[in-house]
Amino acid sequence: AAGMFLRLLSDIQWRAAHPKWRRMTSSQRSTSTTAEPHPVSLPAQAQVVICGGGIMGTSVAYHLSKMGWKDIVLLEQGRLAAGTTRFCAGIVSTARPVSLDLKMAHYSNKLYQQLEQETGVQTGYVKTGSISLAQTQDRLISLKRIASSLNVMGIPCEIISPKKVVQLHPLINIHDLVGAMYVPEDALVSSANVSLALATAASRNGVQIHERTSVSHVTVQKGRVTGVETDRGRIQCEYFVNCAGQWAYELGHSGEEPVHIPLHACEHFYLLTHPLEKPLSSGLPTVFDPDGRIYIRNWQGGILSGGFEKNPKPLFTEGRNQLEIQNLQEDWDHFGPLLSALLRRMPGLETLQIMQLVNCPESFTPDMRCIMGESPTARGYFVLAGMNSAGISYGGGAGKYLAEWMVNGYPSENVWPLDLKRFGTLQSSRTFLRHRVMEVMPLMCDLKVPRWDFQTGRQLRTSPLYDRLDAQGARWMEKHGFERVKYFVPPGKDLLDLDHSKTFYKPDWFDIVGSEVKCCKEAVCVIDMSSFTKFEISSTGDQALESLQYLFSNDLDVPVGHVVHTGMLNEKGGYENDCSIARLSKRSFFMISPTDQQVHCWAWLKKRLPDDSNLIMEDVTWKYTALNLIGPRAVDVLSELSYAPMTAEHFPSLFCKEMSVGYANGIRVMSITHTGEPGFVLYIPIEYALHVYNEVMNMGQKYGIRNAGYYALRSLRIEKFFAFWGQDLDAFTTPMECGREFQVKLEKGMQFLGQEALLEQKQNGVYKRFTMFILEDHDTDMDLWPWWGEPIFRNGRYVGKTTSSAYSYTLERHVCLGFVHHFDEKTGEELVVTPDFINQGEYEIDIAGQRFQAKAKLYPFSSLFTQRRRKDEVELSGYQRE
Amino acid sequence: FYLTPPQVNSILKANEYSFKVPEFDGKNVSSVLGFDSNQLPANAPIEDRRSAATCLQTRGMLLGVFDGHAGCACAQAVSERLFYYIAVSLLPHETLLEIENAVESGRALLPILQWHKHPNDYFSKEASKLYFNSLRTYWQELIDLNSGETTDVREALINAFKRLDNDISLEAQVGDPNSFLNYLVLRVAFSGATACVAHVDGVDLHIANTGDSRAMLGVQEEDGSWSALNLSYDHNAQNEHEVERVKMEHPKSEEKSLVKQDRLLGLLMPFRAFGDVKFKWSIELQKRVIESGPDQLNDNEYTKFIPPNYHTPPYLTAEPEVIHHKLRPQDKFLVLATDGLWETMHRQDVARIVGEYLTGVHHQQPIAVGGYKVTLGQMHGLLTERRARISSVFEDQNAATHLIRHAVGNNEFGTVDHERLSKMLSLPEELARMYRDDITIIVVQFNSHVIGAY
Repeated sequence: AAGMFLRLLSDIQWRAAHPKWRRMTSSQRSTSTTAEPHPVSLPAQAQVVICGGGIMGTSVAYHLSKMGWKDIVLLEQGRLAAGTTRFCAGIVSTARPVSLDLKMAHYSNKLYQQLEQETGVQTGYVKTGSISLAQTQDRLISLKRIASSLNVMGIPCEIISPKKVVQLHPLINIHDLVGAMYVPEDALVSSANVSLALATAASRNGVQIHERTSVSHVTVQKGRVTGVETDRGRIQCEYFVNCAGQWAYELGHSGEEPVHIPLHACEHFYLLTHPLEKPLSSGLPTVFDPDGRIYIRNWQGGILSGGFEKNPKPLFTEGRNQLEIQNLQEDWDHFGPLLSALLRRMPGLETLQIMQLVNCPESFTPDMRCIMGESPTARGYFVLAGMNSAGISYGGGAGKYLAEWMVNGYPSENVWPLDLKRFGTLQSSRTFLRHRVMEVMPLMCDLKVPRWDFQTGRQLRTSPLYDRLDAQGARWMEKHGFERVKYFVPPGKDLLDLDHSKTFYKPDWFDIVGSEVKCCKEAVCVIDMSSFTKFEISSTGDQALESLQYLFSNDLDVPVGHVVHTGMLNEKGGYENDCSIARLSKRSFFMISPTDQQVHCWAWLKKRLPDDSNLIMEDVTWKYTALNLIGPRAVDVLSELSYAPMTAEHFPSLFCKEMSVGYANGIRVMSITHTGEPGFVLYIPIEYALHVYNEVMNMGQKYGIRNAGYYALRSLRIEKFFAFWGQDLDAFTTPMECGREFQVKLEKGMQFLGQEALLEQKQNGVYKRFTMFILEDHDTDMDLWPWWGEPIFRNGRYVGKTTSSAYSYTLERHVCLGFVHHFDEKTGEELVVTPDFINQGEYEIDIAGQRFQAKAKLYPFSSLFTQRRRKDEVELSGYQRE
Repeated sequence: FYLTPPQVNSILKANEYSFKVPEFDGKNVSSVLGFDSNQLPANAPIEDRRSAATCLQTRGMLLGVFDGHAGCACAQAVSERLFYYIAVSLLPHETLLEIENAVESGRALLPILQWHKHPNDYFSKEASKLYFNSLRTYWQELIDLNSGETTDVREALINAFKRLDNDISLEAQVGDPNSFLNYLVLRVAFSGATACVAHVDGVDLHIANTGDSRAMLGVQEEDGSWSALNLSYDHNAQNEHEVERVKMEHPKSEEKSLVKQDRLLGLLMPFRAFGDVKFKWSIELQKRVIESGPDQLNDNEYTKFIPPNYHTPPYLTAEPEVIHHKLRPQDKFLVLATDGLWETMHRQDVARIVGEYLTGVHHQQPIAVGGYKVTLGQMHGLLTERRARISSVFEDQNAATHLIRHAVGNNEFGTVDHERLSKMLSLPEELARMYRDDITIIVVQFNSHVIGAY
């Protein structure tokens, strides 16, 4: 049945299993071979070997060859575009909640549109548009948020009434709809043919394509890719690209040095029908009905309809089974609920005759985002996989980003949310993946509200205090596998259960976090911050200092015991990491970075630190429990526990000292809190964690101590205009753009990474500026809350997006942080953003289509800082992301 | 007012019990996989009883349902005592001696039965001594009688039934100095109970039946369909042989008065039963016992009432009819149930419903469209129907519960109708008995592999 279906889906007869592929010219469609000739042998070496001939592999090959790389071999174990790419529904949709995903889809759409003209291969591209339906007000809000995003990118899009829906698509039953979003430029393609067109263009550019060749494993020497072993021999190569789709996980694990690519396949079903009596027009818009968990597109006069059920069927957990993929069973009973949703949406289809139920496995990732980038352990090993059922929409854009990454060293966009390095090895257990994807797949259709947490794969990494905190009412979220406290529910109080707590408005924890914030301001709170990434770098001589001085932008040659906030910048001056480094001794440093930097920062430093056995870097994250004591009374608690004076004269801000706390010795105390409030972070060897915690809580009682969570921390840092890496700061943001020139040693005449770029910015000015917005006419109780990604308007014109937001309990206003650009009114060209430009505008923030007036500020409210200890440096940094 | 589905479920599941036989108990592989049982009251309190136990000194498992009438005292006593009588009847001479010696010298007794009881199935503590003494007398007689022959199961079952009924009768005649016990033994004797008991040992299945409860075997045919095989005959007016038997035992002059309105002496539905001394004792004996008995007995109109045309007692016996069946691999399960079930359901439907339940949904063929012309609407209807079937199966973890759900809730189309189910279960106590009888069901599942290996 699968074979028959292949013919149905693909409009052209592809003959290109042709070994003489490379010599084929523009008229390849007429070059048909009758008998299959013997395969030509593989080249002995190539610059790049791409594994996988689906949409991802061909897109990477296409873009690499366009960018001038020619020595490329693409290997496909079966036939080109014969896996998930062949079976997928071929919908290109830009209606994505996250702007990076949206940009990839937008680029793909533009690429596919001209592909037929470029290659001569029919791609079946039809601009049909798409309609996303809302059955509830909350769904409509989420659509309006997407619409705001699309509009500022110049992608046509409108929120329409149910009445208008019927005009666009006569079959839709609108009685249960509250509204819809129409994106007229969304398109349909024949996905297999798009992939073949990309392959055709790539082969014309010199890419060699070999079908029926499977990669058994990749060889790595000294941390670099050296070649691939295939069933047809070995190819030496510098770069390997794993585009093996649902097999990427296994391929990653096949070598001696495993590359962990956390994805897992699930069965995905869609239905094909015979044509209607009056065949449907091929221009009819695609329908997304997320509340019904289905999508519906026109297909050869009939329909194609699939969806994302609540009870997905993961498969291939125990590994590859090549036989199975072609013979996956149709499961009508499983599809039943989706069929009900389809007939509810289009009751007129009752009499339509079924052609087939297709079972097409798709791969899903632990966080619903795709996976791209370079392996942290094997240089030259790139990955592009895990498309979460949106491979066609992302294919073009993702392939382009990865090609840029390989050729230029980094893509033209910040792709950190998709970077393979956001995962650690811990997220690649088969059991974890199986459980997590069963949660992820249904989420495709679930309402995406601010601050939700995954429920599966939890309690993996925990602090030694986990049980103690849990017993005191802690509610948890997870970052990089680590459990962190959101807030503490006071005894006797109860919050809504998970499903009912989903809201775009004021959340139920509002007052709880408010009282934690108040306690931080007036007394003292403890937050367990053990999840932070901690490295120790030391050397026998001056190697550590010398290397770090080059790799970090701030001056680290400070007296022993000082703590320095510094960026870890790339060549363009952008933040690869934002961290605090304490100088423990002349020759050793202690570095604190955000939780999810564990893999990325390690790989970044490993790649750049000199290969010197006298220079040692160690990941000590697991060795220390970190307790953050925030508040004016933290100093009293600590001095009583240590019998040491902790006042500003003895222990100024940004200091680090080993001392005893209670009975425990060797506690590393730093006078930073990551919030701008006074206080200390205690780095405690884990075996003392419970002891120190108990001592602190006991002693703190008389000072009104209480537990607090990250939500309180977040509110505190945002109201003080602290940028966090990963949320506000990324590889495309420089210190000059976020008011942190004072953390850069430009004046000291020392060479450091990113220096040239920063000097140029200093000379010419910056093109975006980190700005704080205070919402003016926003009613916290009644209005939609900002989240992040909201468009910012200056004098009615779009200038950028917010990156984070929080309610400030002190200002009693919402605070949004974000970047302001200056686009030329006529050309759209980016112009320099001066402080005057910021200060002289009238601002509005767009939350789901509703605009709120906002006051812009380039500096924090000084009234929020209770005291300044060291004149020269205000603590203006923090790291964790929400 | 209506009961919600969870309320319905909590009523239906209140008395359910399941037992899985350990795959290998150290001695032998059991031909029984396990059993599900349940009961739904219509009388308040319920007059049905059930028992299940594993014989520890001989091989085999005992299961039984008991339907009481004129109160639950007799059914209760039979449910507590009958299996001991059967087990003792089956014991070899040496074991009997061993047990007697242990009792004699005050040593610990060999355990005879391992009971599998629902928490609601109680044993009367007060009467245990009395019951034990009667049982001991029985085994002492068996020791004295020592025939030297191996015990035949059929005979053992018949002897046990008759002996227990005899003891019930005797205890009531003798009375007890303890007034509570005295009243108890009289209540037991003056009420009645039918019994349907299965003894399973390997492939040997014996059914001993007294009265109108029924044992039925579920057989899976080669084509996968289900059929029912009766393993008991109802002892009531519908059974010609039974009517014949009763008539044979009494003078021709009584022929017309023996069975009236399908009842024995125009009064009793079952033609065989435990207790019911009103149909067994002479009029003089009845009068004497009642007069010397406690006041409560004297105040009871029913006990004082002598059946009309009562000339040549006894009219009733507890002697069971025993059927032996060699289990075959296609015999998948046994249903023992009181007449409350059989009044509402045909045995063929029982076989099908239990069979489909036990083989489970996974045997439901997957649907493939193949070359057929199927519309979306047709497929939707088909799937909805399949889902309904699955969900009704999934709701129950117990085959007996599943059967009761059907017995009470089936509509004219043979599917469970929630509205009907809700109505039937929310009837007030005084009305319930008019619409349905107590239902007690045991479903025993066999291990076809073990049976096939014999």
